[in-house]
Amino acid sequence: MQVNEFKPKIVAFCCNWCSYAGADLAGGSRLSYPAEVKVIRVPCSCRVNPMFVLRAFQRGADGVIICGCHPGDCHYTSGNYFTRRRMALLFSMLDYLGIEKERTRVEWVSAAEGAKFAATMNDFVQTVTALGENKRLEDLRCKR
Amino acid sequence: MQKITRDNLIEIAEKLLADGTVTRVLGWKKGEFSYDQTPAIFTSVQEMKDSFVFDDFSGANFSKYLVKETRKEDGKVLAFLKPCDTYSFNQLLTEHRFDREKVYVVGIPCEGMVDINKIKMALGDGVVSINTDSNTLKVETLYDGVKEIAKADVLLERCKNCKSKKHVAFDQLLGEEGDVVDSNRFDQVAELEKMSADERFAFWQNELSRCIRCNACRDACPACTCEKCVFDNPNSGVENKSPANSFEEKMFHIIRAFHVAGRCTDCGECSRVCPQNIPLHLLNRKFIKDINSFYGDYQAGEEVGSRAPLVNYTKEDIEPGDAVNKGDK
Repeated sequence: MQVNEFKPKIVAFCCNWCSYAGADLAGGSRLSYPAEVKVIRVPCSCRVNPMFVLRAFQRGADGVIICGCHPGDCHYTSGNYFTRRRMALLFSMLDYLGIEKERTRVEWVSAAEGAKFAATMNDFVQTVTALGENKRLEDLRCKR
Repeated sequence: MQKITRDNLIEIAEKLLADGTVTRVLGWKKGEFSYDQTPAIFTSVQEMKDSFVFDDFSGANFSKYLVKETRKEDGKVLAFLKPCDTYSFNQLLTEHRFDREKVYVVGIPCEGMVDINKIKMALGDGVVSINTDSNTLKVETLYDGVKEIAKADVLLERCKNCKSKKHVAFDQLLGEEGDVVDSNRFDQVAELEKMSADERFAFWQNELSRCIRCNACRDACPACTCEKCVFDNPNSGVENKSPANSFEEKMFHIIRAFHVAGRCTDCGECSRVCPQNIPLHLLNRKFIKDINSFYGDYQAGEEVGSRAPLVNYTKEDIEPGDAVNKGDK
């Protein structure tokens, strides 16, 4: 076994009504997804301020994924439409600054999509593992 | 076109002050040197005759000053606005930042303002005086006597790619009404987009690492008018202090640009006031370019009351994943 194997830290912002329940279903259905994923429950994907994403990177995350209800299914009618615009612009800006675009992602996962949740997380962790440590948006003071 | 001079503006102010239309005038005040003018309030014609100036260095955008000035006392403020300033003016009205009734806008035509840093870069330090009467600036320097430089070479970054000569708000207009200009303002952004991620990262690292966190870009920005700002919060981790490492400056500039995304009129004040000459307008223009290409053309401040793209949506918006991959195709 390799001792220094790189294990990414992934922050997943999951909306309370769909994706968090989707994660629950994944667990209930005994579908495994990597332990590197740390789920943060938010009332709506729209709650995620662009600053949260940057802050996650600052505090040592290697990838950030935002999960919400499918467009049209938002518990608050239109929250995820705003998320979609906001994150499209933020991700485009991060890419413009030369930060790897694979480190950020938005996925729509409904409460019935436990399998999709597990598959998404597996795929995302794999992608970020391949990229390696987050160097471009790191804060050395936050490194342990 | 006849060039607008200081005397023209004082004449107008004199009339408006005399008939009581306005009680005070927001204008440019002579600084220590001929090129460092300060926005100031004048309450009498005599004051204006003493220290009011208007020339190619009168670049300051007055829209933001109106937010505080209109709250101070009753009576109208006379503001001289250039075409690009009127966009900021409208944007502030859209956001209900001040009362339109309290401002008397005199639209002044603009042929582009001059960047003193570019003059210094070209001719060296020790600038004593600058004659801006024609399109060739006569710069008197301490060491080399009088030198000439073409105005077109030393225009402010924002004026090189002027987006509009049209006033979108005014009570009185000096000179003739201009048109919206078909500018190439997104060329530089497109150039950066064509680079590889590594090159872009190196470019921005180089630019942003010069940031001294003076917050001038925030303070001058006509879209940044929050009374409480995250960058003043000592618990935010990005409060006002010089950046200890590269993360902080990136965080600051991404958040600063994001916060005005969709509301930024591309007036270019951020780049003008930056003491480190960081091309901050390129961050804002990236957002404008993205908004235009994802959600349809939108010019903030073009009309009062228009709905900003970030507080709006359609059901068919582009997915964030597709948005970042658009550049690859």
